[in-house]
Amino acid sequence: MTTTRRDLLTAALTATASAAATPNLVHAQQHDHAHDHDPDHQAVPSDPALRAKALESVLVAKGLVDRAALDALVDTYEHQIGPRNGARVIARAWVDGAYKQRLLKNAKAAIAELGYGGAEGEQMVVVENTPRVHNLVVCTLCSCYPWPVLGLPPVWYKSAAYRSRSVIDPRSVLREFGLDFPTDVEVRVWDSTAEVRYLVLPERPAGTEKLSESELAALVTRDAMVGVSRIAAPLGGTHT
Amino acid sequence: MNGIHDMGGMQDMGPVRPEKNEPVFHAAWEGRVFAMVMAIDGDWPPGQGRYHLELIPPADYLRMSYYERWLTSLSERLVKSGMVTLTELETSVAHGGNTKGRHMLRVDEVAPMIAAGDPSTSNVPVAAKFHVGQRVRSRNINPVGHTRLPRYARGKQGTIACDQGVYVFNDSLAQGLGEKPQHLYSVRFAARELWGPEATATDSVYVDLWDDHLEAA
Repeated sequence: MTTTRRDLLTAALTATASAAATPNLVHAQQHDHAHDHDPDHQAVPSDPALRAKALESVLVAKGLVDRAALDALVDTYEHQIGPRNGARVIARAWVDGAYKQRLLKNAKAAIAELGYGGAEGEQMVVVENTPRVHNLVVCTLCSCYPWPVLGLPPVWYKSAAYRSRSVIDPRSVLREFGLDFPTDVEVRVWDSTAEVRYLVLPERPAGTEKLSESELAALVTRDAMVGVSRIAAPLGGTHT
Repeated sequence: MNGIHDMGGMQDMGPVRPEKNEPVFHAAWEGRVFAMVMAIDGDWPPGQGRYHLELIPPADYLRMSYYERWLTSLSERLVKSGMVTLTELETSVAHGGNTKGRHMLRVDEVAPMIAAGDPSTSNVPVAAKFHVGQRVRSRNINPVGHTRLPRYARGKQGTIACDQGVYVFNDSLAQGLGEKPQHLYSVRFAARELWGPEATATDSVYVDLWDDHLEAA
């Protein structure tokens, strides 16, 4: 298996090199020779853009993928499925107590009421922040994330720093995001190791009593639904 | 496998670096790779893509960006399954490979595919081995294949917080060893059980684990 993998990586690089006509790329990507491996300052050898283009050409020519379908997939996750979906779910839970109970009891069904569901959200659980409990979601093993309500995860969520630290030292991660909880507030970290995807129900900020559901949705941020942020009260005051 | 992907609890990985107004894809090729992975009919068991990401050698895994890993994993699986040949990858010219019986996802099938998803729940009636509130201990196992039991949570005592129902077992499925359906639980581990006395007493980590990962404490 190791041999296959190495052969494949080499082949992929060869494809890159021939496409780019820069054979030195192959040498630069070899794993076996010893040179400094500073992950932040690697002489990045391969050009994944060229490899991706080559692969797409081959797959299209072989009738395995349709470019129009690829376009539609990209468009869907760039423009249609994203954190605005989750924000609508959160706002509904804030204004409708019965909906909130359904959401906490069976998130998938309650989220489906608003028309969201499907890929990478086949099973969803919503966890509620309170003055005593703060929830934080991570996927230490990979990048699990509730796509139907948040879209695709940001780079930091998939980073080694976030994945490694969130379980052992969540409070330092939260402090980097500007959240500093006293020790009597319980921090619960949800490691999405299976196929269950977690969404945080943030606390509704004070001073938003008169806002409409859509105005509330506009306040809800992606980061708050992952648990690395709280939702600020709107500026300008809505008390009067 | 105790691979580099199993990062929970590692230290010295630096600060988390959020990016303001981050785009969904940072370059067009990232979107194309994402879409190819979503579109391709590989007839692969669910979760096998994850396993192949984990097989990327550690130094490469750390150096590669997220979608570079996806590209590498996809290329490897295509070659292994015979759908694409190494020569094709080398030359960018289609000339062989076995694509018989593979369905090409049409544009009108994209939205239905996303809406349908690919549930991991199972209808097979399997009795739960544990109940909510029960004390359990995660097994101390070090399989060389795919596992969803992270290293930091092995051999630790916890409490069953929630029974999620019957799920296919990814540890088995990803390696082509069958669904082996069983109950999945959210298991609460106190931070101090995982990390020792310096952890905050009130904190906890919830890990989703299957029956086969657990034993009665």
